[in-house]
Amino acid sequence: MKKLSYALAAVAVAALTFSSQAAKAGTLEDVKARGVLNCIVNTGLPGFSYTDKSGRWKGFDADMCRSVAAAVLGDGEKVKYIPATGKTRFTLLNSKEGDVIFRNTTWTFVRDVDVKLNFIHTTYYDGQGFIIRKSKGVKHAKELDGATVCIQTGTTTELNLADYFRANKITYKPVPIESNEEARKNYLADRCDTYTTDASGLAATRATFDNSGDHLILPEIISKEPLGPVVRHGDDQWADIVRWTVYALIAGEEHGVTAANADAMASKKNPATARLLGSEGTLGTMIGLDKDWAKRAIKSQGNYAEIFERNLGTKTNIGLARGLNAHYKNGGLQYSPPFR
Amino acid sequence: MTTAENQAGETRGTDAPNILLRLWRNKDTRSVILQILTISLLFAFIAYIVNNAILNLEALGKTFSFDFLGMSASYDINQRLIEYTSQSTHFRAMLVGLLNTGLVAFFGVITATILGFLFGIIRLSHNWIASRMVYCLIEVIRNVPVLLHILLIHGIIVHVLPSPRQALYVGDSIFLSNRGLTIPNPVFGDDFSYSVFAFFAAIGIIIYFRRWARKVRDDTGKIYPVFLISLGILIGLPLFVFLITGAPLTWELPKLGRFNLKGGVTMIPEFLALWLALSVYTSAFIAEIVRSGILAINKGQWEASQAVGIKRGRILQLVIIPQALRVIIPPLTSQYLNLTKNSSLAIAIGYMDIVATIGGISMMQTGKEMESMILVMGVYLSISLGISAIMNWYNKRIALVER
Repeated sequence: MKKLSYALAAVAVAALTFSSQAAKAGTLEDVKARGVLNCIVNTGLPGFSYTDKSGRWKGFDADMCRSVAAAVLGDGEKVKYIPATGKTRFTLLNSKEGDVIFRNTTWTFVRDVDVKLNFIHTTYYDGQGFIIRKSKGVKHAKELDGATVCIQTGTTTELNLADYFRANKITYKPVPIESNEEARKNYLADRCDTYTTDASGLAATRATFDNSGDHLILPEIISKEPLGPVVRHGDDQWADIVRWTVYALIAGEEHGVTAANADAMASKKNPATARLLGSEGTLGTMIGLDKDWAKRAIKSQGNYAEIFERNLGTKTNIGLARGLNAHYKNGGLQYSPPFR
Repeated sequence: MTTAENQAGETRGTDAPNILLRLWRNKDTRSVILQILTISLLFAFIAYIVNNAILNLEALGKTFSFDFLGMSASYDINQRLIEYTSQSTHFRAMLVGLLNTGLVAFFGVITATILGFLFGIIRLSHNWIASRMVYCLIEVIRNVPVLLHILLIHGIIVHVLPSPRQALYVGDSIFLSNRGLTIPNPVFGDDFSYSVFAFFAAIGIIIYFRRWARKVRDDTGKIYPVFLISLGILIGLPLFVFLITGAPLTWELPKLGRFNLKGGVTMIPEFLALWLALSVYTSAFIAEIVRSGILAINKGQWEASQAVGIKRGRILQLVIIPQALRVIIPPLTSQYLNLTKNSSLAIAIGYMDIVATIGGISMMQTGKEMESMILVMGVYLSISLGISAIMNWYNKRIALVER
């Protein structure tokens, strides 16, 4: 049964009203006292966050929740996943139901400034695309005049879509849908001619189709979608913790620290890895954690490259190449500031 | 007893605690004190909540303002009864949503009422099979949550009906597919206004005719078939004018475009599902209300009417229905309110009602949770109070007038 976001929003408003001490500092203390990280994730997007047959949360975003939990609480399994639709995620965060959003969320000006969110880092550089049945004979997005388009409501894709069709002076009929799973069903039932969302999401969704070869992802990418984790405005310490945990994963790839060799690397004398992994210096205590925080994060789920390849990479059935998300030394955009 | 207390109080002097004690011991003043206390507690509670909300919004760095309503909404809406583009304001988006809610509630109330009266009357019929079948139907319908009705009908439309190219059709004018029901769009010629004029003239004539017929009945006892004659005038006169002005009405037929049917008017699956589900669900309750209303009329009323020689149809019209309506109207009002409020379940299938527009996408894009929810609640409150007001007026009009 699908959760009704109306009810959720009402609950969230009530929570906003009743939680007597709001987002001053103290998310770290809250998480430690609770012993569990409340992580807001997608209700179900293969490759990013979804539950497998045994009910375990898997995916790129879900694993990064575990990395943060490992850094903060010492155990990557101490995560409570809070599945959210595109519409409920920010309300859930701002009403303190969750500590952090790892839900392929696009970084935009209005969200950063006016919705009072803090975007941490772009963990996945994406862009919006279209998927369509090959039998419809469409080769380019501009040929979509008059088409019925499924969209996830409450997302930036909804706004990009309106802009794109207006800019190209063509018409469409939007079918707003709550979740990726519902959108997939409606698209497969031919309720809509095409489904539009982030290209990574399209690839992930197509991988679940029975005849994935019958469907084409159009070449046009109509927007920039920098996706990444989000925290509330006003708690800089917590923002730092999430930000530098993500950087630790990226730096881990840079220095060749993996889940398997993290302990061995820590004892080596390379100053950069020694500082990162806590065998030298006091970076961990500066951020409010202990010296082993980054080592635990990497040991828990692996470095950025491991998390990417395991969930989205070319060897998975989603089969996404690193592209813009390669490490900067390999021509991508993933770059961590220095740990010193 | 009271005088004894008062005397005791006087002898003990008049310092403050004693006055309070005396007031407390008096039954009347005590109830006043309790009421004052309760009201102050209530206000304190409300003040606490409001203050808390303000503090929390401040802590989040958010302001409380409705300025966002004037900003461009930048999203599209698939069903709009008024002009709306992605550059229109959030306020306009809210109006579009409000009208969509109104549309489904309006048609829902009409269909539910018709179905409900039909079911209710069949349920009372002497035909055992008909009455039992409707009984089972009502029990099934009203014991399944309305959300499931909505999802079921939407699922059937989207997953079972064919795509537009293989649409089910009647002639080349009505098409049914998983993109909705498409019917021809009427295009009115210039001379069509005469027919509209004739329609209103017909209504005037009918009002006059009914007065005249009543007078004749009172004077002579002669009864005309008023209803049939009225219906004849209402249809016949505009039709006659329509034909002699050369039938100035053409139909724009739907044609298959590259993706969808182009032209015509399309009722999208979301609207169809919501409308049908709400109508069917509410009709089951209305059926029971109608049945109870008719059964509430004493058998003696029938017998007395027959004894003075009134025909069966006229008994129903003049004696039974006017009395039954008095029992039916108040619970019927509450069903109309339920239907309207249940339409907010539209969100489950993506029908763009008031909740999905201002309370959904606009709220999400602007982060104005508190303001949007207040607007949505205000709108539902206004609609409900409006329906109540109309139904109360009607109820008062048909209420028993004591002479």
